[in-house]
Amino acid sequence: MSLKSKLHDLKEKYKGKKMAPAFNALHTFLYLPNEVTHNGTHIKAADDLKRTMNTVIMALVPCLIFGMYNAGYQHYLAQGMIESANGFLGASFWTIDNLLIGAWTILPLVAVSYGVGLAVEFLFAVIKGHEVEEGYLVTGMLVPLIVPVDIPLWMLAVAVIFGVVIGKEVFGGTGMNILNPALTIRAFLFFAYPTWMSGDKVWVHGAVERDQMIAAGQSNLDAISGETILGSYAQNSTVAYDYWDMFWGLIPGSVGETSKFLIIIGALFLIFTKIGSWRIMLSTVVGALVMGLIFNGVVDAGIITDSSKFYGLMSVPFWQHLIIGSILFGAVFMATDPVTASQTNKGKWIYGFLIGFISIMIRVFNPAYPEGVFLAILLMNVFAPTIDHYVVQGNVKKRMKRLKVKAA
Amino acid sequence: MGLLSKKDSKLISDPLLDNNPITIQVLGICSALAITAELKASIVMSISVLFVLGVGNVVISLMRNIIPSKIRIIVQLVVVAALVIIVDQVLKAYAYELSKTLSVFVGLIITNCIIMGRFEAFALGNGPWRSFLDGIGNAAGYGFILILVGFFRELLGSGTLLGFPVLGDPIEKTGLYSIGYENNGFMLLSPMALIVVGLIIWVQRSRNKALIED
Repeated sequence: MSLKSKLHDLKEKYKGKKMAPAFNALHTFLYLPNEVTHNGTHIKAADDLKRTMNTVIMALVPCLIFGMYNAGYQHYLAQGMIESANGFLGASFWTIDNLLIGAWTILPLVAVSYGVGLAVEFLFAVIKGHEVEEGYLVTGMLVPLIVPVDIPLWMLAVAVIFGVVIGKEVFGGTGMNILNPALTIRAFLFFAYPTWMSGDKVWVHGAVERDQMIAAGQSNLDAISGETILGSYAQNSTVAYDYWDMFWGLIPGSVGETSKFLIIIGALFLIFTKIGSWRIMLSTVVGALVMGLIFNGVVDAGIITDSSKFYGLMSVPFWQHLIIGSILFGAVFMATDPVTASQTNKGKWIYGFLIGFISIMIRVFNPAYPEGVFLAILLMNVFAPTIDHYVVQGNVKKRMKRLKVKAA
Repeated sequence: MGLLSKKDSKLISDPLLDNNPITIQVLGICSALAITAELKASIVMSISVLFVLGVGNVVISLMRNIIPSKIRIIVQLVVVAALVIIVDQVLKAYAYELSKTLSVFVGLIITNCIIMGRFEAFALGNGPWRSFLDGIGNAAGYGFILILVGFFRELLGSGTLLGFPVLGDPIEKTGLYSIGYENNGFMLLSPMALIVVGLIIWVQRSRNKALIED
């Protein structure tokens, strides 16, 4: 007896019982169900929720695999065990050693994210008696990509429970949430355990332990370098990476957001398959550039001099804001979440522009933590329905006016 | 209960759960969010409100037939302000550190909606004994939620209860901290208090469906 028919029998057995949605979900996720409806007109469409979700996951896979290599690469590089790889195809980057240690640290993050998140989803489906929704498939993939490599697994688990319950289920589940669940999870981690989410130690695998060993005199290494580029700028210190490193992604950072190259490939894939909104992506980038230009202008006008603590980040050339930090990742994979973004086309322009604009503003002015993309997106998530409301009202007004002109 | 008639004892038991001022009437949220980061502050705040509301309800109830209805709000304000000043001075004299923690929120008991609400809704129309019971009941319902929220926030946020380290020492890495546990800093921020209150409301209403309003 195959697994498929076993699942089918289980489904039949539990029909109408509390556990039924759990078996249903497994069955339809793994196989095409046997049941066939015989009457009524049907439209057969392939672009259902599962297909949409899987497309986004496919766009994310390159970032995940690159993140594994990069985790290993940063780990060995920080210990001086390998040479710096010059460029995307550098010989010391795509090694099996890098991949092994990267996979060893990152796959548990993926497993915890999916395991805990889906467990909560199944639990709520059973309690509330509805079918399990696919909403967590993308969230579960995004979460490991936006946290530091060495985040303790239990913290991630707590954050996932919080994010799925408070960010999504209390609003009524998939499709009803106001906030992006993946970003809710990151915000929770950031405010709850700030020592694991910011600073110059957490972005490179093993750096925290090595730092403790150095402090205890057990290591022959001198110091730790694991500062992100934004962190360096925020402290007005020099940056050790060139622009191509930043673009290819050979820099410390959250797991999946470092490679701008692969994010752009993912973006093109999403735009080509019409899953992601190019309006939001483009307007976010424009918003970030405009804010960067304003800051550059302020510096050029001499209002802010290099004695200011904001000088470092304000004087970053405006285009460079796109290749440092996680603004591109946020724009492509987070801001475009169809549930929490604006629904109207005009609204999408406003929504995206403000995300980019506010992201760079927080990035420059936040002294404690020089990155604001996730805060900006969460803020605009809250305002997205308001933006839509005014766009729709504006349209109604315009058409009412036209009607009056015609009548008169 | 020998001491209280059935009707009177309902005055105390109702506001504790099924008609709780915080979770059902959603009043007094402001102070519930602001001062519940420590259990001790929550307890002192609860006792202060217990005193102000108990005594205030009796005073208003005694004066209910001589207060002209046009200026009753002002009279109520004078009564509650006088009581709050007493509380404030006592705290400053005997618990100075704590009064600094509570800072402006002791003074803001004056504006706590629960107090004016009970004066208006109950003390103006009932005798002193019943008003006293009503005041005690509502303040206890308020304090119960405050202490519950304060308990979770201090335990998970600082790893202490009433200042005693119950989970071990986070710096020396003893107790729970030796296996990698860390305090949740989010618990100390006010938004988390709102979420904790929300979770209590959720649990309460899912246990008693009659409380769900549309």
